[in-house]
Amino acid sequence: MDLPAGSISAILGPNGAGKSTLVHILLGILKPSSGEVTISGKNIQHYTRRELSRLIAFVPQSEYTAFEFSVLEYVLMGRAPHIGMLQMPTHDDLVHTLEHLEMLGLSNLVHRSVLELSGGERQLVLIARALAQEPEMLLLDEPTTHLDLSNKGRILSTLSNLAERGVTVVYTTHDPDSAAMIAQFLVLMKEGRVLSSGTTQSVLSAELLTETYGVPVRVVQVDGQPVVLLENHGG
Amino acid sequence: MDQHIDLALVSRKRTRRWVILLTGLLLVFTISIFVGRYPQPYLMPPRLLGQDELARQLVLALRLPRILAALMMGASLAAAGNVLQMVFRNPLVGPGILGVSQGAGFGAALAILTFSTIPLAVELSALLFASLGLVLSYLIARQLRYGGWVLRLILSGIAVSALFAAGIGLLKYLSDPLTQLPEITFWLLGGLWSVTWREVLLMLPFVTIGLIIVYLMRWRLNLLSLSEETAFSLGSRMGRERALLLMGAVAAIAAVTAVGGVIGWVGLIIPHVARRLFGASAQLTVPATILMGAVFVIFCDTLARSLRPGEIPLGIITSLLGALIFILLMITVGARWKP
Repeated sequence: MDLPAGSISAILGPNGAGKSTLVHILLGILKPSSGEVTISGKNIQHYTRRELSRLIAFVPQSEYTAFEFSVLEYVLMGRAPHIGMLQMPTHDDLVHTLEHLEMLGLSNLVHRSVLELSGGERQLVLIARALAQEPEMLLLDEPTTHLDLSNKGRILSTLSNLAERGVTVVYTTHDPDSAAMIAQFLVLMKEGRVLSSGTTQSVLSAELLTETYGVPVRVVQVDGQPVVLLENHGG
Repeated sequence: MDQHIDLALVSRKRTRRWVILLTGLLLVFTISIFVGRYPQPYLMPPRLLGQDELARQLVLALRLPRILAALMMGASLAAAGNVLQMVFRNPLVGPGILGVSQGAGFGAALAILTFSTIPLAVELSALLFASLGLVLSYLIARQLRYGGWVLRLILSGIAVSALFAAGIGLLKYLSDPLTQLPEITFWLLGGLWSVTWREVLLMLPFVTIGLIIVYLMRWRLNLLSLSEETAFSLGSRMGRERALLLMGAVAAIAAVTAVGGVIGWVGLIIPHVARRLFGASAQLTVPATILMGAVFVIFCDTLARSLRPGEIPLGIITSLLGALIFILLMITVGARWKP
């Protein structure tokens, strides 16, 4: 499968479909048992850890930390790929970090402890940290799963804006609607296999989704956007 | 941007805290030189140094090396405690884990029992077994086949510590109750009464190298406190960075424990206080723990040698004050410092 640069791709599938494993392979944490992952034609295993961290930034679904870092300290860690092992962040790193915080509307949270943030704020802070890496691609694991409707909308529109600025966005989700809303490309997964991949319009069909999720669904168009509905069993 | 004003204010407040800490260290160090039980209890008039040869000898040969040893001990235990807490992503671990402290205790007890007449035997044996404790914890952790790396290391550390603790129990049981047992007990309670320049020179290289590694890598320590996949995606070579930081921390702990025995609470409590004052980032807490640990142990050791005609074991005083500070920290949790 190919994930086109500069666009938004969603990896869609039910729980246990192998999305997280795929994310770990894309990050280079796991080695694929067969096949290879290439970025700009070069196998990711041939990039150094530092090179890779400047290409792909990862936003975990949630992140536990035992320490009360401030939002600023936390997002500043995203500069790590640009800071040597024995070096400290410079004033430039600080400026970059503040710019990304401002871009995501987080300037008022700079001194807040990361342990005191709401779910949506926390997700945005994780995205800000990933952006501070200045990557070419943003890889997000279930970015909207635990969020309410307004925060879900906020995250998805943030991802759209980022893609418009030229960042390649790839995210996993088990929710077809989250995928349909912003993704131009879709990878459909089930039981560790890719069932289908291509443009969202071509992949998001009732037959493929029924096969993937094992329940009958219908795909309807609302204002030109596909919406997935469960078929009514009871009648 | 208004954050710049904000950041300047934060850094000004922090600068003030650094000045207070440094002044505090200088003050405690200087006062400690003149506190003791000669010529009378508590305070020696500074002018005596110019008049009394015995007073000068006392300060140069006994008090000064002892204060320097306390400084190194406090700095090492507190900074290493901070490293362990962040590497193991658990603010409740301290130098007592990983088998280092118990290993040192076992080594010391063994030396007291078998070859106590050889100079430095107790210290070197403690150093040897402290290192052995770490190596054993590491090797066993590698054999475990469940849990993440951190959990495996903590589990094997607990097991190795228990093994050495049992060994210490056995050695105490076998020791001569009139001569060896009190020595072992006193050593395990910890103290710096036996410190001369020789011990200071023994500690110095380990402490210096250990603390330099920790200081230089302090910002990377933040990354290691995050989840493994995040640290990985931020480009951290975790295995190598973790190993370097742990080596630095353990070298320092092992050296000061070999000389001063098992001193509790410093490595647990000082990092917490440092985080209250400077925030969680290890960029600031590492130098803060070094300074605060030094102040704390010099202060405790000065009490240990001057409060009573006989020596009070240092470990008792650090535990007493440490536990009190811990309680204070817990009940004032709402009064956390905000920039």
